[in-house]
Amino acid sequence: MLESILITFLSAVFINNFVVVKFLGICPFLGVSKKINTAVGMGVAVIFVMTFSSAATWAVQEFLLKPLDLEYLQTIAFILVIAALVQLVEMVLQKTSQALYKALGVYLPLITTNCAVLGVCLLNLEIQGEARFLMSVLNGAFSGVGFTLAIVLFAGIRERLETADIPKCLEGFPISLISASLVSLAFLGFQGLIN
Amino acid sequence: MKLFKIFRNGIIDENPTFRLVLGTCPTLAITTSAINGIGMGLAATVVLIGSNAVISLLRKFIPSKVRMPAFVTIIAGFVTIVQMLLKAYVPALDKALGIYIPLIVVNCIIMARAESFASKNPVLDSIVDGLGMGIGFTLAITAIGSVREILGNGSIFGFKLFGESASPALAMILPPGGFLVFGLAIGLVNLLTNRQVSAAGCGAALAGCEGCGGHCSAGASEEEVRS
Repeated sequence: MLESILITFLSAVFINNFVVVKFLGICPFLGVSKKINTAVGMGVAVIFVMTFSSAATWAVQEFLLKPLDLEYLQTIAFILVIAALVQLVEMVLQKTSQALYKALGVYLPLITTNCAVLGVCLLNLEIQGEARFLMSVLNGAFSGVGFTLAIVLFAGIRERLETADIPKCLEGFPISLISASLVSLAFLGFQGLIN
Repeated sequence: MKLFKIFRNGIIDENPTFRLVLGTCPTLAITTSAINGIGMGLAATVVLIGSNAVISLLRKFIPSKVRMPAFVTIIAGFVTIVQMLLKAYVPALDKALGIYIPLIVVNCIIMARAESFASKNPVLDSIVDGLGMGIGFTLAITAIGSVREILGNGSIFGFKLFGESASPALAMILPPGGFLVFGLAIGLVNLLTNRQVSAAGCGAALAGCEGCGGHCSAGASEEEVRS
């Protein structure tokens, strides 16, 4: 049990990193990575939402779609669940924890359109075995950690890029993508860590 | 004439991939071969045309407060149709594209066009806009896919280009190659047109205009994230 949790962790954070290996959540990865502070805020919000939506979509799949034979409605059901959940998390945070709401508030609404969240829910469907619920939630949380790691690392690089001398046509998006390519190359080094 | 202008807009002036930098996830993820690019592009085109048409028809009935959930539901409906069709008729492509087919739902090109075009224009214009944007997207990702396939696999559309002795640069069809080719492609387009990327893409719009130095003319995607 502990071993499979460790494998899930290594796989989600390093080997199959959501951003630089699976290409999910590229929009916030490029958009919110100008400063390390905002990158950390976005990362924490993503961990939060990914964990909760993994749990919620598991329940929808198990108790609603499967018994009613409606599995083909997965895409619609999941995206609506995620949108509703993000709204709910936002409202609960606003009422209960002002500090946390101030820190995460701006990022929460942006997450509905983050394909990493829908992506992790769809990938969770492939998990087999007894402890499916636990593994889904852990996979959601760890994937969020992987996202945070990548976006914070990348934000550090981009802060340095600000002052670099770059050919005019490569300024902005192109140079960010080229740097992301190098980050991705570094993450490829983790391939083969576990067999 | 007006219709042609709308059509051309999506392919050249506001190419979703090279000009608006929208829908970056599928652009990077599935462009490991030219044929995948065409498949993904056409799937997204069908969804774009369908959702643009329906949203344009319903634009006077959807209250503006709940328009985002309504748009998402309409788009998700079309994505489900495309998913089922692909599974039934081209299972190989369905397998190659994997979860990126259901993820068309969160592709910002489609949401951006729904918000900034289809919800304001009549049906025929919206359909043409969807077609233009879809073809622009298809051409762009097919081009990126071709470059990556030639460099990374030594083939194009599955045909071997070089002899047995040539060993292609495998990294080009691995994730790093995706970022590299896409980055250089935008750089090349900038160089050729002597213009910077006009809107800063959905990513920058997500940052709420603070992150991108006020270049957010993509008001649509900015609206989108407020849903």
